[in-house]
Amino acid sequence: MSAVSSYAKALAVAAGRAVPIATRRHVYLSDRPLVFVPLALAGEANAPLAAMIGTSPHDPYMLLVPQPRNRDLRFGFAASLAEVVLAYVRSCTARFEVVGTDRLFLDAPQLLVPNAAGLGFVKLLGRSTRFRRTNGPYPVPAGVPLLGRWLTHLGERSEHPGSSAMLAMTQTLSAHWASGQSAVEDANLAALLGWIDPPEGVCGSEAALAAEDPLVWPPAGPSTDPAFDNEVLAPAIRAYQSATPDSPKRRRAVETLERELRGQMEPTWRLMWHAIKVLRRLPAAETVETRWTADRRDFSRYHDYLSTDGRPQARRDGAVAAARRLQSLEREQTTFDAARALDDPLVMASYRVTGEAFQGTVVSVDRNRRILSERGRRVTRPKVVVGTGDPVHLPVGESLRAPQRIKQNARITEIARSADGVLVTLELDGGMGRAAVPAPGSVPEVGDEITYTSVYPDAIRSPDLPPTDQTPWTHGGPPRPYVPTDDDAREAWE
Amino acid sequence: MSLDLAAQAERVVVEILDDFRSGRHRGVVVDSPPGAGKSTLVVRTAVALASVGERLMIVAQTNEQVDDLTTSLSAAVPAGLTIGRLASSAYVRPARLAALANVLVDKDVGNLLSCEIVIATAARWAYVKDRCWPWAILDEAYQMRSDSLLAIAARFERALFVGDPGQLDPFSVVENDRWRGLNWDPMQSAVAGLLRSNPDLPVHRLPVSWRLPASAENVVATAFYPYTGFRTSAEPGDRELTFGTRAFGRSSVDALLSEAAATGWGFYELPARHTLRTDAEAVCAVADVVRRFLDRGAIARSGNDSRPITAQRIAVGTAHRAQAAAARQALFDLPEVTVDTANRLQGREYDLTIVLHPLSGRRDATAFHLEAGRLCVLTSRHRQACVVVGRVGIRELLDAHPSSEPVHLHEPVKFPDGWAANQTVMNHLYAHRIAA
Repeated sequence: MSAVSSYAKALAVAAGRAVPIATRRHVYLSDRPLVFVPLALAGEANAPLAAMIGTSPHDPYMLLVPQPRNRDLRFGFAASLAEVVLAYVRSCTARFEVVGTDRLFLDAPQLLVPNAAGLGFVKLLGRSTRFRRTNGPYPVPAGVPLLGRWLTHLGERSEHPGSSAMLAMTQTLSAHWASGQSAVEDANLAALLGWIDPPEGVCGSEAALAAEDPLVWPPAGPSTDPAFDNEVLAPAIRAYQSATPDSPKRRRAVETLERELRGQMEPTWRLMWHAIKVLRRLPAAETVETRWTADRRDFSRYHDYLSTDGRPQARRDGAVAAARRLQSLEREQTTFDAARALDDPLVMASYRVTGEAFQGTVVSVDRNRRILSERGRRVTRPKVVVGTGDPVHLPVGESLRAPQRIKQNARITEIARSADGVLVTLELDGGMGRAAVPAPGSVPEVGDEITYTSVYPDAIRSPDLPPTDQTPWTHGGPPRPYVPTDDDAREAWE
Repeated sequence: MSLDLAAQAERVVVEILDDFRSGRHRGVVVDSPPGAGKSTLVVRTAVALASVGERLMIVAQTNEQVDDLTTSLSAAVPAGLTIGRLASSAYVRPARLAALANVLVDKDVGNLLSCEIVIATAARWAYVKDRCWPWAILDEAYQMRSDSLLAIAARFERALFVGDPGQLDPFSVVENDRWRGLNWDPMQSAVAGLLRSNPDLPVHRLPVSWRLPASAENVVATAFYPYTGFRTSAEPGDRELTFGTRAFGRSSVDALLSEAAATGWGFYELPARHTLRTDAEAVCAVADVVRRFLDRGAIARSGNDSRPITAQRIAVGTAHRAQAAAARQALFDLPEVTVDTANRLQGREYDLTIVLHPLSGRRDATAFHLEAGRLCVLTSRHRQACVVVGRVGIRELLDAHPSSEPVHLHEPVKFPDGWAANQTVMNHLYAHRIAA
């Protein structure tokens, strides 16, 4: 946790209300996100119990597994879920643009789940359905394996820093507000939203306390409230199990289950849309669109892949695939961290605290300074002195950038410390036009308030890795290629 | 120094050389405790191969390490052999390399093919294509990540992996558990991955630390090398820390200095307080200790060799970069004192180290702050004495935060456990405690 968010947390405790730690929304929010509130049966590995899903707050679609221990019913659930999800994915492919030789859909799916456990549920559900077969032993309905591929795709995409393909609402909210409670308590959507947007006349801590009552605010899933399990769910499932198929008793049992489970999910459903409304109030950060384009590109690519090859994603990454994925995740993480700070002064503040960035006033400018370059050419290198009260922990020679002048390199040539602050002398390079004299406005002027940071997105290169079939001996040699077998279909659901 | 130990160390080195040059194994791993002559081994192996006309490549992790190795190699290779220092385009050749006649520096590997030995960082080697060397030496291989080994593994046929298993594991800015339990998990160290995929490779251990004083043998070996251990070549009395001046008055810093001089260890304990990462008081205390050592004219004796401890021979170690930056600022008038994080102090050696304890002033002990490698680096850089600065309450903090890291299937259990290592070191430090 950064010093700024720790401070914000302390402020939140004192004020009784969450304190923003971002002034911009750093995630993309689709106009039509697919909100998904899943519930799982306690004691079973990822056994779906019920779910609410939909793109409109007023029109949730409810799915139910009356006996979650029954394998056929689970696949029935997966088949109905597939209908909803696949229709949603299809709806994102209606319009596209052409970039180079690639087709890029203008929309991409965005799945919103309440919390991190929800993300885990989606990933595991994808894992347990993507290898199923529609023929041979244990056939499943047609949409199920395809659902598994898409859920896996969203799950893997969500690991990419800066991706908005699948978001856990609690994580997204905590990235923008600091509440006055612990990180563990922040995982409770009702409590967190109570801090951020409490009901009229109630303070955040009271709202969060009220959110702890599972009768008013049932857990946001996938785990259900144990008291509900014992007192309501178990008898209802037992009633279903003991009734003969198609009997009125069984119908009544299903109705009871549906009513009770709806009662468990509906409050979370409302919270999800409330949270979306709260997030929409924040203006989107500048680079959100760029990152969403990366999501769209990945979506379009995977869509094309499914129509050509279509084999499910591997169970595990091979040595080369793992290294390649790690390379791209690291690149994206670095870029995302830097871009967020450039987009948002409040995020930049945490770099100012650690001395990696500083904000100050331009005190003098040598605008038309020209020097002889190493190659003997005369080049324009203006000098700017910035006075700041921030702690500057940067070495001479470090390259900095200002958020508003991101193309212009500023190299520290001197740091003078005094009792009233620090004077940093910078040599500017680039972004001044081609003429001998810098273009108007391309050099900061005396009196300008300016921020310089050593953390900025830069072209990061990663080396080539060997092709998979040439995996070296140090990493176990080339792996055997995946051949689908009947065992895939026989695999237990877990 | 005992002749026995020297003979024992020599025996191990000969075994390693035989094993590697026999060609029976594609890889040979050498584990080395702090200051056990890793670089000497690398140079010796390289010279042994190059003098019989073999071509080899050497991989180190940072440019400083490569430059250090290049300098030692240049002095050791027989006349007529040249060393190619492959560099990136941004590399500025340091003055100490410019004077070496048998070293070629180039950014294109094509211009270095006439050299018997080509040396570069792992990051630079990853961009070399379509060439292959029969022999390779990978230095500081435990600092290298498995995925960087993957990028360069096709460049060599056989390799000697040398490194210190007790130091910091390589890290990533990304947190992701998806590769846990896989033999080729790209986040683990190169050697860990190599041995999981090739469990039959021979592993040798260098038995003697030439750097650490006798006072460090017990605590460092128990805390960080609990199953293998090591001996220090220095025996009690071989090293001595004295001062050119006498203490004036009775300050706690002087008490600390005499404790460090007498026992090789000192723990400067500040009053309990929860602080920000850059604890201004603690940073100030670190700077005071450094200054006092210099003001008092500390003299280091090693065997028969006595010399004053200058600022270059002192290092300040911290856990976080921000702390290092703050300490560097507090010591702005002493730019020769090395101030850096544990990660960057790996593989370096000083007479005195002053360490800001990673857990000082914290409310919680995270996996980062408990990591055994971090503490191991910080407490094993010194030839004479190590002074740790921390606040009251570190032991209570440790007791309140036992390791709670999840256990992953198929993942080898890592020893030593960071929490246990911290307890061992803390137990030891409490015996050398001086209240500020």
